[in-house]
Amino acid sequence: MNALDLARWQFGITTVYHFLFVPLTIGTSMLVAIMQTAWVRTGDEKWLKATKFFGKLFLINFAMGVVTGIVQEFQFGMSWSDYSRFVGDIFGAPLAVEGLASFFLESTFLGLWIFGWDRLPKKLHLATIWAAAIGTMLSAYFILAANSFMQHPVGYTFNPETNRAELIDFGAVLFQNTTVATFFHVIASAFLVSGVMLVGVSLLLMMSGKAADAMRKSLTVGIISTIIAGIAVMYTGDVQAKIMVQQQPMKMAAAEALYETQENAPFSLITIGNLDGSEAYWAIDIPGLLSFMATGNWTGPESTVQGINNLQAEYEQKYGPGEYAPYVPLVFWAFRAMIGLGMLGVLFALFVWWRTRKGKLPSGRWLKVAAGSALLFPLIGISAGWIFTEMGRQPWIVYSLMKTEAGVSPTLTTTQVWISIITFTLLYGALAVVTVGLMIRQVKIGPPESDQLETADANSGQPLTFSY
Amino acid sequence: MSLEMLQNVWFLLIAVLWIGYFVLEGFDFGVGILLPFLGKNEAERRTIVTTLGPVWDGNEVWLLVAGGATFAAFPEWYATLFSGFYLPLLLILVALIIRGVAFEFRSKRGSATWRKRWDAAIFVGSFLPALLWGVAFANIVEGVPMIKNPAGGSLYDGGFFNLLNPYALLGGLVTLTLFVTHGAIFLALKTDGEIRVRANKTAGQVGLVAAVLAVAFGLWTQFANSNNTVVSWVFLIVAVVAWVAALGANRLGREGWAFIFSSVTMLGVVSFLFACLFPNVMPSSTVAEATLTIRNASSTEYTLTVMTWVAVILTPIVLIYQSWTYWVFRKRLSPSQIPNPEKGSLDLPHEVSV
Repeated sequence: MNALDLARWQFGITTVYHFLFVPLTIGTSMLVAIMQTAWVRTGDEKWLKATKFFGKLFLINFAMGVVTGIVQEFQFGMSWSDYSRFVGDIFGAPLAVEGLASFFLESTFLGLWIFGWDRLPKKLHLATIWAAAIGTMLSAYFILAANSFMQHPVGYTFNPETNRAELIDFGAVLFQNTTVATFFHVIASAFLVSGVMLVGVSLLLMMSGKAADAMRKSLTVGIISTIIAGIAVMYTGDVQAKIMVQQQPMKMAAAEALYETQENAPFSLITIGNLDGSEAYWAIDIPGLLSFMATGNWTGPESTVQGINNLQAEYEQKYGPGEYAPYVPLVFWAFRAMIGLGMLGVLFALFVWWRTRKGKLPSGRWLKVAAGSALLFPLIGISAGWIFTEMGRQPWIVYSLMKTEAGVSPTLTTTQVWISIITFTLLYGALAVVTVGLMIRQVKIGPPESDQLETADANSGQPLTFSY
Repeated sequence: MSLEMLQNVWFLLIAVLWIGYFVLEGFDFGVGILLPFLGKNEAERRTIVTTLGPVWDGNEVWLLVAGGATFAAFPEWYATLFSGFYLPLLLILVALIIRGVAFEFRSKRGSATWRKRWDAAIFVGSFLPALLWGVAFANIVEGVPMIKNPAGGSLYDGGFFNLLNPYALLGGLVTLTLFVTHGAIFLALKTDGEIRVRANKTAGQVGLVAAVLAVAFGLWTQFANSNNTVVSWVFLIVAVVAWVAALGANRLGREGWAFIFSSVTMLGVVSFLFACLFPNVMPSSTVAEATLTIRNASSTEYTLTVMTWVAVILTPIVLIYQSWTYWVFRKRLSPSQIPNPEKGSLDLPHEVSV
């Protein structure tokens, strides 16, 4: 493999890994904030137990999100310096604002929240987790604005003298429809992932008889979060798909492996074949569904979806000879994995709601296994969503403006990137084992007992409630 | 503001971000390096790590913002520097990763092996960046081999070992010893009991070594690599005087003053380096036209204007709430406040610790 391929693999590995922690951070910080608010308002100790327990799970995850996030910011310059030169005038701005507006907020207020239980008045302490949760959302907004520029560049002009893209309208970058739709879709998915985490873990603990009353509270929060998020994910996904068809028709064509432009285009739930445009061996198709997803029409001329071959011809005219379709099988399956695994999460929450309604407590070995592993489905689903989004944009790094191959650092050697990709992979692998191990321990231990909830006043020299 | 003015402002702002980073993460690198030496037992080690607990993450954000601001304001600098210093930056990244999770994970289990490994991670993860930031800045100020890329931009034209020249290594030792001293002073300020005494003594000793190294490096830089000799003299003198004051205050046991003065030294050191550079951001030691300056490496006037507004509005707010954190956690910690120091918070019932 050459340096370009390796740099792409490295970016993929480190980004997918980082994004395992991101949605859990965004969703769980807010759900913990909601549970703590319930405790402050009702004084019901059950809420406090749930808050502390999920707070600890959240923090194990947050630490990993923070440290793997630094790599992301450095990597643009390290491996993708020509990309950084080309779009730095535009892309650097949301990154810098993200740091200033949200990283400081998250990290500072989370520090206050973790160590402040016995030092801050109750309501002020509650405010710190809200501030941190809002920080995570702001962070998502700015980084998605930067990403949306790569999907659909706006607010810029190309300067032939310097040979780079220059910002002319920051508002357009921040508030274009791609950014707004993506933001709500990502946030909704984050709540889906975190909701399923709460449902799975709470159910597991209830079935093991640990703090069952407190876990029933968090179970309810998880179920509500998952169901509302599930609806929001579908709605925002639909909005996003229609925007995508306008802005990146090739991605939508690849998502369905649709080679010829057609009306009443079907959506196949499953296909056995090689997705290269030849006849599939076997498939379950829903007629017109792709047209509906892409255009809002099932039939008629307005339901036309453009196919890969037609788009390829059009782009060759526009951008010169070259391959303008992404790697279709990956995009095709990633799109289905995203939808399918996400929806499995929602179904799981609905099922658990049914089995636990009116104070019932289900039992069964398989349900325990399902509860313990439920989180994996939406988590892999959300990764698949990003793989779809980013791989579907190829060969472009900035759609229609710069190809991925043109963005790699000219000085990058194969040796350098082999060293870094091996280092990151081994390090991240080892840390994954440790992190999952700690999370399992945390779940085994469960929420704190009532007598462990007392908080002394740390400023009086009493033992600390929390220390590293 | 004119484009030139904006470019000057952003050069200054990036210097300010690095000052914040050196002042804040400088001490927590020092504390991390001192952890195995000043913490004689578990209670003490946990006390030491807990002094950083609420703040280290916020301190590290200064680096992220410095990186982001460089990307936004001087993309050519960001691109050339980060791709050129690929392997040293990889080392720094690995260090920051293991260090960050180590803080969070070390006390989760009581097992002695577990804790020893994470303490090693904290030590290495603090030591490497403390050294390498000095190496990196010395190389930047001195200039590195660079060429013009015909396709646009300047490229670093050397290998990994070019960066480890004697001058740069001296720079690395300067930041290393400065940060260790700064960290010891912070520990003396934040703890009580024997750690405080030991930290105070360590600050005095390492502080002298740092003084010698820093003066040597400072004079070398002043005479060989300064573009603005008058201004750089001023900051060099500020750094030295503040350091003398810091060590004096430390000797007298006035820890608060010692910390303020050692922070002023950090300010002096970073300002000195940036004063030597201006208006360059990355001088070339080979092809002169490849030198990056604030003029040829910057973003457009529009981007810089937008970013200036953002910085003007947000920076004061950040400073206020970050200072407030330090106020909330102003009390000294002592090992007696750590309940069951040997017990891990995630030890399972059957893992009864010693």
